Amino acid sequence: MINNADAVKLLDRKRAGGVLVPTMNANNVKFGLPAVTTNEKLDLPLSGAMGKASSVALGLALAHPDRKVMCLDGDGSLLMNLGTMVTIANKAPKNLYHFLFNNGVYAVTGGQPVPGEGIMTWEDAAKAAGYAAVFSFDDLEDFTTGIDQVLAASGPVFINLRIAPEIENTPVNLRPRPRRNIQTAIKELPEALAARSPRR
Amino acid sequence: MPELEAVLHPPAIIAELKKNQITHVVWLPDSETNFMYQLLTSEPSLDLVPVCREGETMAIAAGLWVGGKKPVVLIQNTGIFESGDSIRGLGLDINQPLVMLVGYRGWSRHGVTTDSAARFIEHILHAWGINYYLIETDEDANRISTAMEEAQRTQRPVAVLVGTEFGA
Repeated sequence: MINNADAVKLLDRKRAGGVLVPTMNANNVKFGLPAVTTNEKLDLPLSGAMGKASSVALGLALAHPDRKVMCLDGDGSLLMNLGTMVTIANKAPKNLYHFLFNNGVYAVTGGQPVPGEGIMTWEDAAKAAGYAAVFSFDDLEDFTTGIDQVLAASGPVFINLRIAPEIENTPVNLRPRPRRNIQTAIKELPEALAARSPRR
Repeated sequence: MPELEAVLHPPAIIAELKKNQITHVVWLPDSETNFMYQLLTSEPSLDLVPVCREGETMAIAAGLWVGGKKPVVLIQNTGIFESGDSIRGLGLDINQPLVMLVGYRGWSRHGVTTDSAARFIEHILHAWGINYYLIETDEDANRISTAMEEAQRTQRPVAVLVGTEFGA
């Protein structure tokens, strides 16, 4: 399994001007993107979006077809919004990379297993939905080796990452709050996007 | 009994969308919008984004808006009920100036309104503090521009209830 922080660090290192849209554990203030990002003005952190991070990422990808948009989704989140996979595949943005942080549990609510854990195969679901390319990694070495191939593929690309669960049991109101919330990001992102689009 | 005569035509809606420089229509078809679909797909200035479930629409629109585009949402009132958390978190909480064109299923000026989709929708919009306008004829279509102006001025979602079926 891949450590959550290692996965977000690798994606941040490889972003090359791409927009990152993280949610849930990928957006955790201690071990998610906010803890490691090197270009936060191009981050759109979505907490409690009830599965809609990939939908927001789709909108961004359609708005900026010359810039990579990387959604860092959770499996519990994606299960709430499964139709998004078909919506994304149907619209087929070449610049959208849908990374699934698949830890098999609802980590922020105490670690209960998500429905379908051990039964459903995300790679098959993504292929059936019609993603242009599908990858799967369950250790950091392979992910590190394969990330360039992933980002060279034409989207929409689905990447299943088997992530080690990091379960939180602290009451929500005692958890550290994000320094930067979505309202701040929405104010800052348009200016960052207006900067010259990076070459894909 | 006289045949039901459509009094709202898709070209009137499309003209409003074009006048307001709308770039994307994020939608899920409902029984009132088939003629609209035919016209939307043939209008080159509008990019149609079909979804599987209505709650996706506000989220996709949020991404488009942050990305500098100007989307509208086109769904049925039943879809508004389904979309509650998206409207809360990705409409109201982020101050998205989104106009939502909403098919007013069950609406009637005549007799008892039996469809709960019609009976509840205005109450739900009131609960969220979302203002709305009703359009039933081509002459009403300019209320879309009113809604657009209001959404931009208030930085809040505004609804336009489409109270009749579209005519061919």
